[in-house]
Amino acid sequence: MTYIAKPSLHHPDLPKNAVGHTRRDYEGKISTLCAGCGHDSISASIIQACWEMNIQPHRVAKLSGIGCSSKTPDYFLGNSHGFNSVHGRMPSVLTGANLANRELLYMGVSGDGDSASIGLGQFAHCMRRGVNMVYIVENNGVYGLTKGQFSATADKGSKSKRGIINSEEPIDMVGLALQLGASFVGRSFSGDKAQLVPLIKAAIEHKGAAFIDVVSPCVAFNNHPGSTKSYDYVREHNEAVNRLDFITEREEITADYAPGTVTTVKQHDGSILRLRKLAEDYDATDRIKVMNYLQERAAEGEVVTGLLYVNPDSQDLHEHMETTSAPLNTFGARDLCPGNVMLEKINASMR
Amino acid sequence: MKPTDISNPDYFHKVVDCQHACPAHTPVPEYIRLIAEGKYSDAYMINWYSNVFPGILGRTCDRPCEPACRRGRVEENNGEKPEPVAICRLKRVAADYKDDVNPRMPKAPEKKNGKRIACLGAGPSSLTVARDLAPLGYDVTVYDRDQRAGGMIWSQIPRFRLPMEVIDEEVGYVFNLGVHFKNGVNIESLKKILDEKYDAVFVGTGAPRGRDLEIPGRKEAAKNIHIGIDWLSSVSFGHTEKIGKRVIVLGGGNTAMDCCRSSKRLGGEDVKVIVRSGFEEMKASPWEKEDAAHEGIPILNYLVPKTFVHKDGKLSGMTFEKVKAEYDAKGRRKLVPTGEPDQLFECDDVLVAVGQENSFPWIERDIGLEFDDKWGMPVVDKLTMQSTIPSVFFGGDAAFGPKNIIWAVAHGHDAAISIDKFCSGEDLQERPAPMVNLISQKMGIHEWSYDNSISNDQRYKVPLKDSKIALKNIKIEVELGFDQKLALAEAQRCLNCDAQTVFAPKLCIECDACVDICPMDCITFTPNAEEAELRTQLKAPAENTDQALYVSDILKTGRIMAKDEDVCLHCGLCAERCPTGAWDMQKFLLDMTHAGPGCRSKPQRRAA
Repeated sequence: MTYIAKPSLHHPDLPKNAVGHTRRDYEGKISTLCAGCGHDSISASIIQACWEMNIQPHRVAKLSGIGCSSKTPDYFLGNSHGFNSVHGRMPSVLTGANLANRELLYMGVSGDGDSASIGLGQFAHCMRRGVNMVYIVENNGVYGLTKGQFSATADKGSKSKRGIINSEEPIDMVGLALQLGASFVGRSFSGDKAQLVPLIKAAIEHKGAAFIDVVSPCVAFNNHPGSTKSYDYVREHNEAVNRLDFITEREEITADYAPGTVTTVKQHDGSILRLRKLAEDYDATDRIKVMNYLQERAAEGEVVTGLLYVNPDSQDLHEHMETTSAPLNTFGARDLCPGNVMLEKINASMR
Repeated sequence: MKPTDISNPDYFHKVVDCQHACPAHTPVPEYIRLIAEGKYSDAYMINWYSNVFPGILGRTCDRPCEPACRRGRVEENNGEKPEPVAICRLKRVAADYKDDVNPRMPKAPEKKNGKRIACLGAGPSSLTVARDLAPLGYDVTVYDRDQRAGGMIWSQIPRFRLPMEVIDEEVGYVFNLGVHFKNGVNIESLKKILDEKYDAVFVGTGAPRGRDLEIPGRKEAAKNIHIGIDWLSSVSFGHTEKIGKRVIVLGGGNTAMDCCRSSKRLGGEDVKVIVRSGFEEMKASPWEKEDAAHEGIPILNYLVPKTFVHKDGKLSGMTFEKVKAEYDAKGRRKLVPTGEPDQLFECDDVLVAVGQENSFPWIERDIGLEFDDKWGMPVVDKLTMQSTIPSVFFGGDAAFGPKNIIWAVAHGHDAAISIDKFCSGEDLQERPAPMVNLISQKMGIHEWSYDNSISNDQRYKVPLKDSKIALKNIKIEVELGFDQKLALAEAQRCLNCDAQTVFAPKLCIECDACVDICPMDCITFTPNAEEAELRTQLKAPAENTDQALYVSDILKTGRIMAKDEDVCLHCGLCAERCPTGAWDMQKFLLDMTHAGPGCRSKPQRRAA
């Protein structure tokens, strides 16, 4: 681990965004992960996305569980709210926080152990409930903190650093998320920020459960020949179905594309996703086709990346439950305790 | 772009901006680190080998290193005022706190090599030639018209900036090498010197004539009008101890600054500097202007001298025409009268410091030494310092007109190499390569043998003597110099630019860790392009084209690594976060080769 603090000096021409912050203002503490960890690139992508979207750091809550991935919220958005929960329990803590204060931006960061093993149930219910959040799984296929055993997402037939072949079937987080009703599903690679940053931006703007599976090589235990989550393997087998340009409601559309190569998806809130097609006939809004396509490509050994599925008319948990429109902390004592007359009324309505 | 050739020493030398800008190429970061460690004698000796006069230069250098210093660029938009490291004043710290360095000095060999060299003038360039050649066995004789050695170092620079002991000490180190000094000898003929059959003659006689100002009243009021450098040396000699109460100093160079500050100490109460040009365009170094301002001396600009006003043969004032600057299409400046009435400034004495000239009345024009017709300067080879008489060499102000001490030293080194090669019958045009060393600084996983933590401190000010006391006596040094604590804090501001970021493309797995950690956004992995285009497609556009891009060969993904050297902090975080050791911090040490066996045969490495 690096002993010195990252120097606060920054490039003299470092630009400021609309809310007056430089990209450096979105950083956290210096990473204590192994040098070269893919997770650090994901942190850098989150920083970049938040800066580009002019997000006020104090309007973000970042939550995580346990593991290498779950340490990372300490390394980005140093001025945001943070909660480092119990192993695998990030989704329920986040759901609670979201119900209490719907106005914050919720970012859940988890790993393959945290979400695919101990927290699989939590993950499932969070997706099906449509909690309005960005759910990032930093997926490296191994338990790095305990010296590199296979995790539940490790591909069958892949080889560990010590030469053992994995005999168990992998859990496909993307497939699960699609089945469980996530309204935004993407997959990316920590070594491809050009793809990852717009994905995170679109996920932030998306209303509902936005899930991104990010393949993130573990340099210490899973970056060798025979691994299916190494830098080299992912680069060789990466099949991006599309390239995403994320445009907020307020932005002007300036880019020009050849006709027939772009699909425009207008979301509920007015923001626009422009998908430059890389795969023929790929329709990111057709859930059944997407699930079939992913199964086919996975059987070919490809790692399909991009914005895989989006439901432009998504709803979130608050809409399902018809909750109050304001955060609970804005209510005064009179709202919360409306008195005997009101109590009588409510009781009467239930008789 | 083609991959950067880091095996060429020029590449990394250029990254060490201070060393590259120093005419003598002093290894600045190396000695600043030693100062931080409290190894003042070691720091002094590194300086002494490179620039011969660390104590003198640590007070008076023109510091070309400081405007070049990377710290000045790095601090832009990062705090109040961007300032370079106080390199010059740190040099003085090495001189102030060193132990006795006599045992470390080279000794003149008992057996001489039989070659006799004459150095004319005992200024910095001549003394450098003597310093470089005497330890090799040359029999060197230095001539000077004054009793003391040092040349302009002691005659023109006032004592309140440079005490006599410092000059005596450092001139002493040169003379202790067995150099003969013939003082009080006014050379009137180069021919006579040549007749003495020296193997080589070095001319380091400076630019000894101050320019005069021929305007009405000059003759009539001559008694109270003095030429700046003559007046300064007369003060140094002790011949002049007083000046009138109201003094006007004409000129905007460093000599003018010395004149006005000296006047303040010799009875001048109302002292002002008046310049033709604008304040910003003055030739004086910014810090010398600051020093004058600190002592309450106003500088009035855009005033062109018209007449000396006098009455009964006594100066009573000067009139000036008010002008303004206008620029033509080519950006050339012209001073045009504003039309306002002339201004009169009353005064008792005027010091004219409007420039210096060379003068060689003592060089016969029929002995084969060519002069150029335009400037009346000797024809001197810029590389070898050789004149048209093969055995006669020039250096310092005598070679190419007035410059400064550190350039004189650099000329001296070059001339000494030429003389050594000349006496060995070698080709002078073939110059020796520098001695270069590149060593990894890695000590542990995240440990380096230099302090890579970056200080956020602003530049420290050098403590000054209370001006009430300082202005009373011309011999009291104004600057007290950094104490050891301040010196350490200032030394920590140095970015260690000689700790080079060295990239090994074969080891890189393109994980982006270096890109993510770099605090200055120096590193980008990108498709290759021509330099102009590449500069625009980096993480932070590389707009400073004086600074190089470090470009790697093609990597696995078909991209290249491009690093903009401009504002790199040399913090080593790229190397710390690199999982494969593709980045390494390596100390680049470049020592200029001086006269001696190294400049003749293959370069030899000096033991570190």
